[in-house]
Amino acid sequence: MTHFLDLTLTGVTDGAVYAAVALALVLIWRSTRVVNFAQGGMAMATTFVAWDLVHHGHSYWLAALAAIGVGLVLGAAAERLLIRPVERAAPLNAVIVALGLLVLLQAGAGMIWGGQLRSYPSAFGIKGFKPFGHQLLFSPDDLFMVASVAAVMLLLVLLFRFTPLGLRMRAAAFAPEVSRLLGIRVGRLLTLGWALAAAVGAVAGILIAPTTFVGPSQFDPILVSGFTAAVIGGLDSPVGAVAGGITLGCALSYVAGYVSTDIGAFAAFAVLITVLMLRPNGLFAGHAERRV
Amino acid sequence: MSAAGTSAPLLELRDVRVAFGGLTALDGVSLAVPRGRVVGVIGPNGAGKTTLFNVVCGFVRPDSGEVLVRGEPLRGHRPHHLAALGVARTLQGLGLFGQLTVAENVMAGAVRAPRAGFLPTLLALPRADRRERDLRAKALAVLDRLGLADAADLPPGRLPHGDQKRVVLARALIAEPALLLLDEPAAGLSTAEISELTGLLATLRAADQLSVMLVEHHMDFVMGLCDDVAVLDFGRLIAHGPPAAVRDDPQVVAAYLGEAAADG
Repeated sequence: MTHFLDLTLTGVTDGAVYAAVALALVLIWRSTRVVNFAQGGMAMATTFVAWDLVHHGHSYWLAALAAIGVGLVLGAAAERLLIRPVERAAPLNAVIVALGLLVLLQAGAGMIWGGQLRSYPSAFGIKGFKPFGHQLLFSPDDLFMVASVAAVMLLLVLLFRFTPLGLRMRAAAFAPEVSRLLGIRVGRLLTLGWALAAAVGAVAGILIAPTTFVGPSQFDPILVSGFTAAVIGGLDSPVGAVAGGITLGCALSYVAGYVSTDIGAFAAFAVLITVLMLRPNGLFAGHAERRV
Repeated sequence: MSAAGTSAPLLELRDVRVAFGGLTALDGVSLAVPRGRVVGVIGPNGAGKTTLFNVVCGFVRPDSGEVLVRGEPLRGHRPHHLAALGVARTLQGLGLFGQLTVAENVMAGAVRAPRAGFLPTLLALPRADRRERDLRAKALAVLDRLGLADAADLPPGRLPHGDQKRVVLARALIAEPALLLLDEPAAGLSTAEISELTGLLATLRAADQLSVMLVEHHMDFVMGLCDDVAVLDFGRLIAHGPPAAVRDDPQVVAAYLGEAAADG
């Protein structure tokens, strides 16, 4: 029973990170109908900035804020300079541009910070809680990870559901031409969507860095998990992205704990295929039209 | 506001010419919508009615000629500039956001309403929250005026077609426009709904000093509602004046019914 509890807690913690990456992908998918394959690279770049600050003796929190700020700018710049020119072209063009950005970021990070892996500090202790004498595989830092992702999701839901700005972002995403007629500055909102996504990605990067270490191509597997989580959640829903992340995290944790630790990637794809066969639009999709 | 701004027509087109390749869609059209008037644009299919609307909205750039709002020529205007000029347009294809509720659809039309800054909004501060509630109250008031209060929280796809057209109208009205551009407002409506719409537009016009330019096929609707009727045929303006005069104009009759056979 303790084993099951440990696996669940580990699953929720891992899932929180997948959820954060999935949230970033969902934000961009909602606004521009592009799957941002550069998301892992963007999170890597912002995390390297944070690492640089920590490495030079600045506090964890200052580094985290800097990473989020750099994420906002990087996301906005990527949309304005790279995605905007291919906005009206075939969807594949944007995918290729995103892949190009990924290569560019990885090469740039390699040139600036080198290819070796760097360790990154965790925000809180990583020694597990010990309630009633039971040692749990759940530390204050794990709690911080889950809470951070929950807070990010809550903010996004509040933004989209309950503010005029969020309403405009949704309107612009669903019907850009009509929105323009209504006076909505669609272009700005797309830029904002990318900026927010990259900032959420930056949060994900900082949260995962203590476990994976920081390196130019270190976040590539996270993108695969995040993408799987986003698809499970239906690609369109922030709540779905988080639920998808937690589902995936727990599934992979049970597989690792009860079957074998060697088949994690296999299990991730098995989950993805099962969900796509049973609910092709994901568990949380409200509608069916798709452009890709 | 300048002197020209108060006396000039709300909307004016001067010698507007648009060609798509070899096809001349608008051929030197001049037309004005004075304040508080309802101007109907009619014409056979392909006469250039929708192109005329698209020029006003900035979707199509004229090859020559100009568009003036309150006497000021628009230069390089884009669709999103219209709302700030006090012009709202409805689309032939409705263009409702199927994924938003009826109330949210209407709220999305209110870009001129004071907006909360980005940061207060993101952090869900009380100020942003209050503005959202004001906006919703405003949307509900407009919906109530159009008899749609009960539908506020439904997705628009669940409403009958006639009601959806009123949601579109509500979304245009919440921006408090001075000029309303209606693209085939009566299309697909029953006779009863059309007379309801005529009454509604007449009320709005009287209450809000609204100017309207509409494109329509339905003759009785146009003749019953409009102060002026302009007739387009193959991109040319062939008649312009009060409904009664336009109806009897031989050129209009010819455009709609074909040339009269020569007496033999």
